[in-house]
Amino acid sequence: MKFYRSHILIGIDDASLAAGVKEIEALLRNELQKNNLSDEINILETGTLGHFGTGVSMLVYPEQVTYVNLKKEDIFEIVEEHFLKGRPLQRLILDRSLTQNYDFNYKRRIVLSNSGVIDPENIDEYLGAGGYEAWEKALTTMKPNELVDEVKASGLKGRGGAGFPAGLKWSFTAPIVADQKYVVVNADEGEPGTFKDRLIMEGDPHKLLEGVMLCAYAIGASKAYIYIRGEYKLCIHRLEIAIAAAREYGILGNNIFGSGFDLDIFIKVGAGAYVCGEETALIESMEGNRGTPRSKPPFPGVAGAWQKPTVVNNVETLANIPAIIKNGAKWFAAHGVDGSTGTKVYTIMGDVNLPGLCEVDMGTSLRTIIQQYAGGMIEGRTFKAALVGGAAGVFLNDTLLDVHMDYNSLREYAAVLGSGAILVMSDTVDMVDMLWSVLRFFRHESCGKCNPCSKGTALLFKLIDGIRKGKGKDSDLEQLIKVSNGMQKTSFCALGQSPCMPIASAINNFRQDFLTRINVK
Amino acid sequence: MTNDIAGIKKADVILIIGSDTSAAHPVIAARIKQAVREGKSRLIVIDPKKIVMADYAEIYASQRPGSDVAVMNCMMQEILRNGWEDKEYIENRLEGFDEFKAEIMQDKYSPENVEILSGIKAETLRAIAKLFGQAKVASLFYAMGITQHTTGRDNVWTTANLQMICGNLGVDGGGVNPLRGQSNVQGACDMGGLPNVYPGYQAVTVAANQEKFEKAWNCKLDNKVGITITEMIDGAYDGTVKAMYVMGENPFLSDPDQTHVIAAFEKVDFMVVQDMFITETAEYADVILPAAAYAEKCGHFTNTERRVQRINKIIDPPEGVKTDWEIIQLIANAMGSDWNYQCAEDICKEINALTPSYGGITWERVGRYGLQWPCPNEEHPGTPYLHKGKFARGKGLLSPIAFKEPDELPDEEYPLILTTGRVLQQFHTGTMSRKTQGLNNLAGPMVMISVEDAESMGISNSEVVMIATRRGEITAPAFVTKRQRKGVIYIPFHYKESPANRLTNPAIDPIAKIPEYKVCAAKVKKTK
Amino acid sequence: MIVYLNGKAYEAFPGEQVLQVALRNNVYIPHLCFHEKTGKAAKCRACVVEIEGMPGLKTSCNVPVTNEMRVTTNSQQVLEAQRLVIDLILSSGQHDCLSCEQNGNCELQDAAYYLGIKKPSFQLYDNDYTIDDSSEFISVDRSRCINCGRCIVGCNQTVVNEVLNWGNRGFDTKIVFDTDLPMGSSTCVQCGECVQLCPVGCIIDKRSIGSGRTWELDKVETICPYCGVGCRLEVHVDRKHDKIVRITGVEDAPTNNGMLCVKGRYGFDFVQSSERITTPLIKENGKFREAGWEEAIGLVASKFNAIKKEFGSDSIVGLASAKVTNEENFVFQKLLRKEVGTNNVDHCARL
Ligand SMILES: Cc1cc2nc3c(=O)[nH]c(=O)nc-3n(C[C@H](O)[C@H](O)[C@H](O)COP(=O)(O)O)c2cc1C
Ligand code: SF4
Ligand code: SF4
Repeated sequence: MKFYRSHILIGIDDASLAAGVKEIEALLRNELQKNNLSDEINILETGTLGHFGTGVSMLVYPEQVTYVNLKKEDIFEIVEEHFLKGRPLQRLILDRSLTQNYDFNYKRRIVLSNSGVIDPENIDEYLGAGGYEAWEKALTTMKPNELVDEVKASGLKGRGGAGFPAGLKWSFTAPIVADQKYVVVNADEGEPGTFKDRLIMEGDPHKLLEGVMLCAYAIGASKAYIYIRGEYKLCIHRLEIAIAAAREYGILGNNIFGSGFDLDIFIKVGAGAYVCGEETALIESMEGNRGTPRSKPPFPGVAGAWQKPTVVNNVETLANIPAIIKNGAKWFAAHGVDGSTGTKVYTIMGDVNLPGLCEVDMGTSLRTIIQQYAGGMIEGRTFKAALVGGAAGVFLNDTLLDVHMDYNSLREYAAVLGSGAILVMSDTVDMVDMLWSVLRFFRHESCGKCNPCSKGTALLFKLIDGIRKGKGKDSDLEQLIKVSNGMQKTSFCALGQSPCMPIASAINNFRQDFLTRINVK
Repeated sequence: MTNDIAGIKKADVILIIGSDTSAAHPVIAARIKQAVREGKSRLIVIDPKKIVMADYAEIYASQRPGSDVAVMNCMMQEILRNGWEDKEYIENRLEGFDEFKAEIMQDKYSPENVEILSGIKAETLRAIAKLFGQAKVASLFYAMGITQHTTGRDNVWTTANLQMICGNLGVDGGGVNPLRGQSNVQGACDMGGLPNVYPGYQAVTVAANQEKFEKAWNCKLDNKVGITITEMIDGAYDGTVKAMYVMGENPFLSDPDQTHVIAAFEKVDFMVVQDMFITETAEYADVILPAAAYAEKCGHFTNTERRVQRINKIIDPPEGVKTDWEIIQLIANAMGSDWNYQCAEDICKEINALTPSYGGITWERVGRYGLQWPCPNEEHPGTPYLHKGKFARGKGLLSPIAFKEPDELPDEEYPLILTTGRVLQQFHTGTMSRKTQGLNNLAGPMVMISVEDAESMGISNSEVVMIATRRGEITAPAFVTKRQRKGVIYIPFHYKESPANRLTNPAIDPIAKIPEYKVCAAKVKKTK
Repeated sequence: MIVYLNGKAYEAFPGEQVLQVALRNNVYIPHLCFHEKTGKAAKCRACVVEIEGMPGLKTSCNVPVTNEMRVTTNSQQVLEAQRLVIDLILSSGQHDCLSCEQNGNCELQDAAYYLGIKKPSFQLYDNDYTIDDSSEFISVDRSRCINCGRCIVGCNQTVVNEVLNWGNRGFDTKIVFDTDLPMGSSTCVQCGECVQLCPVGCIIDKRSIGSGRTWELDKVETICPYCGVGCRLEVHVDRKHDKIVRITGVEDAPTNNGMLCVKGRYGFDFVQSSERITTPLIKENGKFREAGWEEAIGLVASKFNAIKKEFGSDSIVGLASAKVTNEENFVFQKLLRKEVGTNNVDHCARL
């Protein structure tokens, strides 16, 4: 094996591609070549480096410095200063003061353990990082029901939003005898401000595939579909490469590892409506029908895709599986807290210094996440609110900064973890505007299948729009709460049941914002 | 129908041949489409025209009009050659198999030869035979596309042969299912509106039947079979028929060779027409008697699945109008008899007493859902499908049927085949349907021409063209469509302004006496 | 098995949904999208109830009954929720009963009445609509549509004409014909199944508009006079004017399950056509003149008798009819066979 003095990891994701990363990379290679550094310094393309909104970025080992917002002209300077003279270019390095405590210890991470480290388009790197060991272990030494038991014991809950225990879900489908069963990966990721699934797939597509394989084996499915939103071009590209490689290596296909187990994985590109992330609407859409939810029961586990037993799991849920099988349920459950084991990947946006992605143990407080992983509040601004869980989430105020972020603790405050989106707002933000955009989202995304939601979301938006335009009445606030509560009770699916959460939390926690708007005449 | 409407969804495979089901029997078509859509049945459609039902079919084939026997014989040859027939059924329930097989297995019915006869590709014929032959239960639906040929009887027998060798008769969901075209055509047959039988298909030639009715009616009856409608027209024309009594029919538009029909009407000495309107036929009558409409009386209709259903009086007839039975009773009594029916119910009682299959279908029992005959007594629940366990005659008879060409084939002068039929929005001779303006707006006269023929003659859509046969000519707007088969034109027969039956061939089936409406030679000419 | 509705025990059958048991026993629960034929859709959400042991509210149309199930249909919570659902619907369309043809025969009106809603609480409707009057027999007023979807299920799954479908999403969801064509330009065959299934005044028979309030109409069942399928239909008659106003299919009929075709549903004008003849006519010198029954019958009878005498019974022929009743055909052939003495009876069975 060749020895390199330095490794440069270049983050390739949709954002960096848009910022011209390919050109910059070519220039960098060229410059290194010119300076006869090609043999000493290795360039690796990898998934996102986790710093959202920082343009083209690269991470240099062994120094562990991250350059962000790179422009072409910066390259000459970096090569000159850093690689020739050994002096990291302070001007472009991610502000170290913000990241003193930033956890760079990638090994602690489960889902993102390889993201930003290996080349996602090269299966060998995944194998080199211990990939597919769980798959081999399962196929050669474990019975399907042992997998189900292991996942049950791990306490892993669904990361798509509903938090349903994954092992329990599998255990409903596994014993059903059917000529065909399916695994469907929910990669629709429609919750505003959420892009964790995308970064998982971009950074480590094989981990998802391995999770799918393990699930398929556990429940006895010979076909799996990844339902992915059309905008995720890079994900689709990388998944296609990964699936092809897995087929080529005999990790997918017929009689895998001589076990007699057959499996193939297909990609289905979705049309991108929010409701298509709801598992039954997703299945309808996958079958080529109008993407609206089905009534449950029967649940997909019993009659899902093409009426066959189907397990639908979120990308992040499945990306946890290889580690669970490889290291055991106990190991996994040691992360996190009681009732909420493992880690959670958050996407943090808003008025923080380091918007982006992080994976932390379940139960970490909001304050810690903001300060240690998101670089704290932008200078001069103070924390006002955080919308946790996406549009279907709740607005927390500063009294809840120290709440532990796990299923049980949040429930006490009528809040949810949801998809793991955290939108941090400072005192410059007016909650009327925030609620307005949330309710506009719901009105736009209601599928129209059921009355309370299609008409209710229109009504909610009309009310908040009136308030925002200064035409509101005090009673509108009660109407918002009353109507959204009614919708919660009567809507067909969780979409129409959700607006009550942001509404009640916004109005109850930030009533003054609303009253101010209402009383401005 | 040997089987019932509810049985449609119990067939694995449904074959429609010679029925534009969604036009002529839309609600049965809906049931068949449901069966296909719900994945219960697979559909085969064989029809010269690419009818709407073809869109639901797994296999659609367009045959040359008049080649049905060849097509079905070919199917049976393939079925026998591959051993898809129901051997046990043939052994236990049928007779005449060897003779039948000898006819069927001849080389002329091989798929390759029948391809030449019918225009259906040999491989399609094989696929049809396979799908049909391998079905657990297959049903067969036909309408006038099978019967209105000089070989109409042959066609009908062939459908029965096919269903018998596949063991599909006497089976729930199977059967040979002719779709009857008019609301009470089944009842008119059941009630002895035929020259050879008393009500309940009791032959006039059987002494016991004659005695039974003589006793019941206290009179002498004739044991000689009477003449059929086409023979009546001929008789009127040649003077052997002197008086004609027409109740609720319009032979002017419904019978073949209109010119001949008109001449017959003009010749007959005395003609009585009983109807709601002065129909085209009534114009030739000596006396017209105004009759009540269906909504103005009660009684029963028997539908295509042999279900006897009550019709109820909804409104009073217009002042001066009488129901048909009242009028008939008046005539009978004026002729010197002593009928004394007070209401339709009285007649129903007599039907129950004299018609074995209607024995249990009494006025009180019919109820909202009707009863399906045979229903011999008041304890009997009715019969959803016939021939269960055993045929009426004991063993089912397979008869060897040889393919015969239609009476009149295209030639140089008349190069096209004309077939006639119905459209969804109109009914029969239009006496009823054409009184609703909206229906007329939806469907007027037309001649359906294939794109190929229209192009070669330079005819465009909606252009009025002339259609001529050896018997006459009419004009109608052209409807150029891909659904029509090259070399074939189609004209609905509802319209007096474009009467298709001025063109049709009066040649009849020698036994069934049905005219060949579905095939005659024609030509189309531009009018400008 | 037994199901308790508001504390009272009712018999229920396996496979039934809660709503079905309630309706069968005259316990009203508001419902709009459910119809026995199109089945449960759980879309309108008006039929929510409380069921012991289940969290929240459940739509009663899609919860199968179990023995000893306890259902509450009239608690404060249930009625509040139902009221919101109906209120939202009333608020988002033009639901002014006075101008609506379906007044008195409207399931939305029934629900609003039951819940005591006097007027819509909100205004979500912008009056911007046109009525689709393009087809021959059917009028579509989307401002009255409540998106129950029954017409769509009917068109696609019952009559399988596959014309109606959903268009747009969310609040703008609407029913469309083919690719959003006017009904008259679409592939619609005017069977009227959608009319029959519409619970409100959105899809209605064009020709009966303004010709009678439904509570004033008398309904009588009979059989369709057209083809041999024998569809059972219900004729709606205005007794005051002795006029047939409309025809609908009978839902529980074994022949047609409520389905009809364009002729059966709309082709009834002939019955009350002004072209009907109402007196016997006798031709004299090539022209018809009106005659009394006695004269006409006397003429027919004497002619028949005379011809029979002179040329024999077989010189007389009779055409029975495929359009009249069994009873009438029976006496017709009896007349020919017994009084005339011939078997020369036939009809157009073959034609
Ligand atoms: C309106 C709506 C949108 C949803 N969108 C998503 C989504 O984008 N991704 C996802 O994984 N789950 C989504 N869900 C949740 C899924 O229905 C389902 O619970 C999840 O895919 C199950 O996987 P898990 O158990 O692994 O979380 C959504 C649910 C609703 C009601
Ligand atoms: S709640 Fe909203 S998104 Fe869900 S089914 Fe009803 S209309 Fe569609
Ligand atoms: S009239 Fe019939 S075909 Fe037309 S849209 Fe309605 S249901 Fe469909």
